[in-house]
Amino acid sequence: MSVLIDNTDLTLRLAGHFREAEALLASGSPELMNLPRKKAFQDFIAQGIPTRKSENYKYTNLQPAFAREYHFLHQRPKIDFKPGEIFRCDVPQLDTHLVILLNGWYYEENSPLAGLPDGVFLGSLEEAARKYPELVAQHYGSLAETVADPLVALNTALARDGYFLYVPKNVRIDKPIQVINLLLADSDAYVTQRNLVVAEPGAEVKLILCDHTLNLNNYLNNSVTEILIDENASVDYYTIQNQHNQSASVNSVYIRQMENSHVTTNTISLHGGLIRNNLKVIIDGENSEANVYGMTFLDRKQHVDNFTQIVHAKPHCQSNQLYKNVLDEESSGAFTGQIYVMRDAQKINAYQRNNNLLLTDKALMQTKPQLIIEADDVKCSHGATIGQIDEEALFYLRARGIEEKQARLMLMNAFAYEVIRQVKVEPLRDRINELIEKRLRGEISRCHECAYHCNC
Amino acid sequence: MEDQDRILHEVTQREYKYGFYTDIETEIIEKGLNEEVIRTIWEKKNEPDFMLEFRLNAYRKWLKMEMPDWAYLKIPPIDYQAISYYAAPKKNPKYESLDQVDPELLETFNKLGIPLEEQKHLAGVAVDAVIDSVSVKTTFKETLAEKGIIFCSFSEALQEHPDLVRKYIGMAVPVADNYFAALNSAVFSDGSFCYIPKGVRCPMELSTYFRINAANTGQFERTLIVADEDSYVSYLEGCTAPMRDENQLHAAVVEIIALDRAEVKYSTVQNWYPGDKDGKGGIYNFVTKRGVCRGESSKISWTQVETGSAITWKYPSCILLGNNSVGEFYSVALTNHHQQADTGTKMIHLGKNTRSTIVSKGISAGVSDNSYRGLVKVMPGAVNSRNFSQCDSLLLGDKCGAHTFPYIEVGNKSSVVEHEATTSKIGEDQIFYCNQRGISTEDAIAMIVNGYAREVLNKLPMEFAVEAQKLLEISLEGSVG
Amino acid sequence: MLSIKNLCVSIEGKEILNGINLEINPGEVHAIMGPNGSGKSTLANVLAGKEEYEITDGEIYYLGENLLELSPEDRARKGIFLSFQYPVEIPGVPMINFLKTAVNEHRKFKGEKPLTAGEFLKLMREKKQLVEMDTELTNRSVNEGFSGGEKKKNEIFQMALLQPRLAILDETDSGLDIDALKTVAHGVNALRSPENSTIVVTHYQRLLDYIVPDHVHVLYKGRIVKSAGKELAFELEEKGYDWIKKENED
Repeated sequence: MSVLIDNTDLTLRLAGHFREAEALLASGSPELMNLPRKKAFQDFIAQGIPTRKSENYKYTNLQPAFAREYHFLHQRPKIDFKPGEIFRCDVPQLDTHLVILLNGWYYEENSPLAGLPDGVFLGSLEEAARKYPELVAQHYGSLAETVADPLVALNTALARDGYFLYVPKNVRIDKPIQVINLLLADSDAYVTQRNLVVAEPGAEVKLILCDHTLNLNNYLNNSVTEILIDENASVDYYTIQNQHNQSASVNSVYIRQMENSHVTTNTISLHGGLIRNNLKVIIDGENSEANVYGMTFLDRKQHVDNFTQIVHAKPHCQSNQLYKNVLDEESSGAFTGQIYVMRDAQKINAYQRNNNLLLTDKALMQTKPQLIIEADDVKCSHGATIGQIDEEALFYLRARGIEEKQARLMLMNAFAYEVIRQVKVEPLRDRINELIEKRLRGEISRCHECAYHCNC
Repeated sequence: MEDQDRILHEVTQREYKYGFYTDIETEIIEKGLNEEVIRTIWEKKNEPDFMLEFRLNAYRKWLKMEMPDWAYLKIPPIDYQAISYYAAPKKNPKYESLDQVDPELLETFNKLGIPLEEQKHLAGVAVDAVIDSVSVKTTFKETLAEKGIIFCSFSEALQEHPDLVRKYIGMAVPVADNYFAALNSAVFSDGSFCYIPKGVRCPMELSTYFRINAANTGQFERTLIVADEDSYVSYLEGCTAPMRDENQLHAAVVEIIALDRAEVKYSTVQNWYPGDKDGKGGIYNFVTKRGVCRGESSKISWTQVETGSAITWKYPSCILLGNNSVGEFYSVALTNHHQQADTGTKMIHLGKNTRSTIVSKGISAGVSDNSYRGLVKVMPGAVNSRNFSQCDSLLLGDKCGAHTFPYIEVGNKSSVVEHEATTSKIGEDQIFYCNQRGISTEDAIAMIVNGYAREVLNKLPMEFAVEAQKLLEISLEGSVG
Repeated sequence: MLSIKNLCVSIEGKEILNGINLEINPGEVHAIMGPNGSGKSTLANVLAGKEEYEITDGEIYYLGENLLELSPEDRARKGIFLSFQYPVEIPGVPMINFLKTAVNEHRKFKGEKPLTAGEFLKLMREKKQLVEMDTELTNRSVNEGFSGGEKKKNEIFQMALLQPRLAILDETDSGLDIDALKTVAHGVNALRSPENSTIVVTHYQRLLDYIVPDHVHVLYKGRIVKSAGKELAFELEEKGYDWIKKENED
């Protein structure tokens, strides 16, 4: 079907759907998730599905993804299998507390609490909202503003479940927590996932998110994650995206950090038809640090858009952003990175870099680094490059007897390694490195054993 | 720090030097904009028929457009019906010799440092003086004509060389390119026209001096520069306006066409009245400047020193169409008090082996906001293209803002685009070092800022560079908070 | 070993070398001297196979083979080693991976088995002593964060690892203090043999106190304008290049 559908029509179609599904969404949902639905949906209608005219979505066209017909999974589907049986993470020596979510829903069979320190909660958001309504209500929707992004608004209107992680005061979880998001539905599906992470003062946790599709149906996945990091707390948040080329995925992550806290995110996009990663970090306490990294490898007609915003609201903080893209075949990449230093947020060091390698003439890279600076005693810089492998370096390697092809691979690996080395979970880093090497050599590199063996 | 504050205070109280008003008898048409007004302008100027079409077409398109809101600017609503679209000194708008020029007018330009008597003028600069949208005098016309160079007011060009104008007008900036360009295309009253024939190196700097004098008027001038094959010209533009409490609109268009191997250097020192220290008054400077490198190995270079205007919205750009063509943009933009500037460039690479360079130096003081906004777009066919951009911001005080919004789009694998940007303030240690060597804080700041802007100032023709340097000093000495 | 006949080279249409003739026999050390911009580094880079140079005329034979037809990596494997004037920094490529790959590529070419990790480390330890390389340096990325002297030592260290037949030292002395200079020269001398040849490209005579050449050539405006024994170097040191310039202007 190649009929162009008007943006307003698509938005209205969703409006019709929302009216029909409203009761269904509300029934069985905890009140605190139902409360914001109506307003969120109005905010969505007011903004509509973003078009390229919208400055924030200038480089990502979500229209085709929204134009498809999807089955909405507004209720927890009954399944007759255990998600863990059809998927296993085969990264050697990766020892984690592992939970699986299927199509945005948290399934009961996960029982990670056994190995976790006392007081930690890791489970279904829906369940948590019922069990600990005050705790969840305090943070739910506190960062993800429905007026600022239509996809966040739509997520808030349709949200039912996701994961909730709570790490109490001064609790340190040594073993990483691994959340596997599987997409597996009988038909093309629209998936909503809503997550919340609360790290209390002094808490420490590493999170690994793995996104996978398990069959070839079309998916449109819209997820929102809010992460609250209290003073002296530390959160590492790694995302590995490995979805097929018919999937479209919008992930919005909102982080707020308080005094002396530390956050590192690293988003690695290996496969996926269309991926849009929104990341906003508000540094709202002094002496804090945020490190934001990302790496994408694209081929075919894939599109990945990393959209980041670092808000320095308090003085004496530091942030680093480093995003790299390698674009092959007809793929396209986009990066928007903003450093916003608010008035009186003095003594800030904020750095941002975006480097891109184009491997073909059909690949396209669009980048939009931005500085908005309202305090004077700051050191801020950004740099962006789009180009090819450094010819000087290539010659140096060849002059030492290394084959041109291999020299190129070494340099591309090196290009990626600057980001990959920031993954502090060693087995994971090794696996990612290995996948990238394979990928660069042109081999199929899947990070999991897929029971469906789809060639996707 | 107290010392610095004091100096800042003293310096920022200083008055705008060019803020006087000259009482010249002026013909102003009634306020408001409609098709009748456009016809009136066309008739008054006795333009060829195609211009009426051009103007009405632009006007009709403008009606359907909206004012752009994407810039990092707070623009108060503008009542386009409250502006008069044509103002001109009344007496004999076309002067055959200097004797006929209103002495008041001559005095005005003398006060501005732009004597219209050729023998008094800086040697080697030909001036087209435009006051309230009308060109009053072009110097050295005859000297230039000997080389076949046409340098005259736009109105004159429409009378004498209508075919040339018709061929090139709108080539770089189509009538409906943007809101302000459309408005200009509908109502522009005068400006400069320049044609450099094949193989001619223009022997002197060409210059247009713009002066807004009348109240409640807008200034809408238009400049068209055509550099034919293997030619070269360096063009300067300067501007000032009286101090008034009301804001005045200036929406100009500059088009440059460079054919094979031609080179055009366009320099601007923009010093429109910026408003007072409380942000009252000042010019809204919404300008569209664009050059097309149509020919192979052609080159267009923009250099701007922006110190004036209450609000600046301006992006001198290059369309690099010819293979091996080159685009350059060098900018110093300074904002103080309540000034706002959103300025930068666009480099559109279409031809093979095209190169562009962007150097932008922003300086923010007071409570101003200063943004760099730029686009570098390399199309798939523009193989082996290169761009390097360097955008630095200097913050003088903790109440101002410095922002950088580059857009970079590359569609082939053989091109290389690099962008770097930094934001910083003048280091206490730098000032201390100067103090220790006996240099006052005020001088130290001036020195450091000048050093910071040097890379751009060096690109200006000599006469201009000195002027620009002084201007920078006046506009910001001591403004470190 | 190396035979250069009437070599003419230009870059972006600008002629840099015009008619170089040079014969180098096994075991010989040739010094190529000359003022800045005379084309010394161009010659070194052309021998290593840098692609941005256009060979407009002439030929280069190396061990009886047409050198100009070989890729840079094949030249390296056949024993040509260029010690770069400005060794490039390659962030993200660990020194050790780089060296191991290079060594094993050379071995593969000679039909030898690749070294195991253990063997390679042993070899490295051995060669490191030669140039007093700091162990810590090999743990970094290629040349990244190396001081000028460390970069040059690293070049000679690689030379020791790769055992070239023809070593080309491009301004290896620039930026070295006297101790580093001695270390580097010691490394180079230790690798000299009756089979191997060396080309020392330098601006100053001082390196030649430590690496004593058999022949000295003066390059000026893309041509060899003078050739003699090592005494020529002293003469140059004494009289400066103006003497050469003058002679060739007239």
